[in-house]
Amino acid sequence: MNDIFPYLLVSGILFALGLTILVTKKNLILMLMGIELMLNAVNINFVAFSKYDKIPEKGQIFALFVMMVAASEVAVGLAIILKIKKYYENINPEKLNELKN
Amino acid sequence: METVLREILNGNVIFWIFCITTIGGATYVLFSKNVLYASYGLLVSFLGVACIFVFAGGEFIAAAQIMIYIGGILVLLIFGIMLSSNKKAGKNYLKIENVNMPLSMVYAVGLSLILILLIFKTKFDTANLKPIQHIKNLGYNLMTDSVLVLEIVGVLLLMALIAATYIAKNDE
Repeated sequence: MNDIFPYLLVSGILFALGLTILVTKKNLILMLMGIELMLNAVNINFVAFSKYDKIPEKGQIFALFVMMVAASEVAVGLAIILKIKKYYENINPEKLNELKN
Repeated sequence: METVLREILNGNVIFWIFCITTIGGATYVLFSKNVLYASYGLLVSFLGVACIFVFAGGEFIAAAQIMIYIGGILVLLIFGIMLSSNKKAGKNYLKIENVNMPLSMVYAVGLSLILILLIFKTKFDTANLKPIQHIKNLGYNLMTDSVLVLEIVGVLLLMALIAATYIAKNDE
C-alpha cells in the first residue's frame, strides 16, 4: 500500500462507529468500549501519517502514549463502574439519577 | 487471474481484508445484544487494527497494540463485565438495551460520509517522501527526545493503578 487514503477511510469509519456506540448503548462498559474504538481510530491516523513523515518515529511514539493513557483510563473507569454497580445495583446510565443526600 | 495474483502479492487484498475485519468487529459491537459477545467483537476489531499498523510500517506499535489492548484492556473489560453483570435479571443478565437505534444509525452513516468526503477532498502530498522505518530509531527517540514524556506516562500509569485499587476497595 503506497497511498494514505485507505488508512484514513478505515479510521473515519471506525471513529463514527465508536461515537455511535458511545451514544447508543445504555451500559457503562459498552460506552468504555466505544471510547476505545475511537482512540484506536486516532492511532491508525497517527501511524499512517508517520509513515510519510520526515521523522517517522514521532507519530508512533504519540500512538504509544495514547495507548498507555487509554490503559490507565480503563483501569480507573472500571473501578468507578464497580462502585456504581455496588451502590445503584445496575450500570445503566439512565438510572443513575440520585445525588448524595 | 494474473492480476488477482499480483494484487494478492502486493498485499492490497490482504490489507482490505484486515480493513473489513476491523470495521466488521466494530459493527458487531454496535449491533450486539450481549455484553460478552460485544467484547469478542472488540477483540476482532483490535486485531484488525494491529494488522493495519503492520501495513502502515509500525511493527512495534502493532506488537504494543496486541499486548496493551488485547492483553490488558480487553481482559480488564471482561473482568468488569463479570463483576458488574446484573444477576437479578435471571437468564438474560448479560443483555444490553439500545436506545434510538435508527437515529444513531443515521448519525453514524452521516458522520462517516462527512469524514470520507473531507478525506477525498484533501490532497496529501505523499508522492515524494520515501518511507523509512527503523525500530532502532524509535527506541533511540523514546530514550532521548521523549524521555520526559515517557517518565511522566509511567508515573501516570502507577497513579492510575493505585487509584483504581483504592477506589474499588471494599470498605465496610
